[in-house]
Amino acid sequence: MGMLMSGTITTPGRAKIAARHLRTDKWWVQPLITVAVLVSFIIYSTWRAFENAHYFVEPYISPFYSPCLATSCVEGASGFGQPFGSWWVLSPSLLILVFPLGFRMTCYYYRKAYYRAFWQSPPACAVAEPHKTYTGETRQPLILQNAHRWFFYAGLIFNVILSYDAILAFKNAEGQWGHMQVGTLVLLANATFLWLYSLSCHTCRHTIGGRLKHFSKHPVRYKLWTKISELNHHHPKFAWISLIGVALADFYIRSVSTGFITDLTIF
Amino acid sequence: MTRTAKFRVWRGDANDGALKDYNIEVNEGEVVLDVIHRLQATQTPDLAVRWNCKAGKCGSCSAEINGRPRLMCMTRMNTFTDEETITVTPLRAFPVIRDLVTDVSFNYKKALEVPAFSGPANLKPGEYRMEQIDVERSQEFRKCIECFLCQDTCHVIRDHEENKEAFAGPRFFIRLAELDMHPLDTLDRKRAAQEKHGLGMCNITKCCTEVCPEHIRITDNAIIPMKERVVDVKYDPARWLGSKIRRREGL
Ligand code: SF4
Ligand code: SF4
Ligand code: FES
Ligand code: FES
Repeated sequence: MGMLMSGTITTPGRAKIAARHLRTDKWWVQPLITVAVLVSFIIYSTWRAFENAHYFVEPYISPFYSPCLATSCVEGASGFGQPFGSWWVLSPSLLILVFPLGFRMTCYYYRKAYYRAFWQSPPACAVAEPHKTYTGETRQPLILQNAHRWFFYAGLIFNVILSYDAILAFKNAEGQWGHMQVGTLVLLANATFLWLYSLSCHTCRHTIGGRLKHFSKHPVRYKLWTKISELNHHHPKFAWISLIGVALADFYIRSVSTGFITDLTIF
Repeated sequence: MTRTAKFRVWRGDANDGALKDYNIEVNEGEVVLDVIHRLQATQTPDLAVRWNCKAGKCGSCSAEINGRPRLMCMTRMNTFTDEETITVTPLRAFPVIRDLVTDVSFNYKKALEVPAFSGPANLKPGEYRMEQIDVERSQEFRKCIECFLCQDTCHVIRDHEENKEAFAGPRFFIRLAELDMHPLDTLDRKRAAQEKHGLGMCNITKCCTEVCPEHIRITDNAIIPMKERVVDVKYDPARWLGSKIRRREGL
């Protein structure tokens, strides 16, 4: 059975080695960290999405609840109206979370991370995967990964909204403009990381200029493409920073809202 | 400084084989291939090993060292501790011929399946003109030394022999990308990549990039851009419509 489970690394004709792998380094550390971080994030964000409370405290709205589109949203939280009206009785967070979730689920980098860490396909390079058959992204449901660009576009809209939220954070708790608190910095950092994550995306790189066959005919797009390519190099880093950033931003707002911490005023 | 290193080398052929232990002398500045050569010269004259340039440029000495696909001539002995046992096996994704030598003809077969560059019909060879920045992008892919370490490590075929039929492998995805990005190539490489060469089987887990001794960014610069190009022509209704109306695809 062990043999069977190790795919075809033991195919007749290949060097007869029973071991699933002969690596001596700590190849399992990386997938373990991935699982730990992603599972923590999933637990935290699920809890927060269903909590349906402590997501708004003047002048901040949590990124998990923005835009807040249902009538059940707390007063002041719905800067973009409440088109979903009152028939939506669940947490308003659930109306919007599908977009950032879909964006990250179909991200080329996260795909690598979770295919390796969760699906073990492969757990690490030259470590045999436990599956007997493999078809990759050729059929349903994984062929849907090809929809990444639509989530990318949706992500851009969210970035604009969350940047707007960060600008609103230049108000104080009384609603007067021209102030800055620690929370302002938190929302600014969150929006910045989300932009870096989106701009470094492979689909962004492709759309900006990667799809061209003749760079020479599109000098501006070519220039932009070289810049985006540099950012793209750091995409995995931005993926993690922005993920943790969004959770910390939410946690900060929750903490201010519950009175757990005081939002210090800078000016 | 001379020391004695512990090696475990796979010895055998297509029918049978095993890892054998050896103690071998190692000198300052040597690479794994040097030690394998000393083993051959002093203890195992019949040890089969393929090599040529000893400079990381011919792609012949591919093997797996401590379970990782590497070039033997580019793996320095000083990256291992004195106590460590260094395991050397042939590539595990291909049929073995003897000892460290494998039959990599799978890759030659796959190479033949990719149609060569095909320029515009109205231009004769010698009349091709193109700008530097248009060809620059795919220069990276031409650094390939055909060591096939990427092919060996790719789980799609390493762990699933049955996929060899449908899957060309990372080395040939960079070839397809190179051709698709070529300013004068006229064939439809995008559809071919997805429909004939199994691009969709790649799950972008990046092991090919991890092992490439030429540091070609196979996944980021060839595979993902090709996947995006495939979406353009096959899975993006908006672009599909646009191409029908404006009648342009390649740009
Ligand atoms: S990124 Fe794709 S081609 Fe490269 S090793 Fe992984 S599955 Fe194979
Ligand atoms: S792409 Fe890199 S790993 Fe693959 S055959 Fe070429 S040089 Fe070797
Ligand atoms: S967001 Fe990661 S590749 Fe698009
Ligand atoms: S001997 Fe030529 S690459 Fe190692």
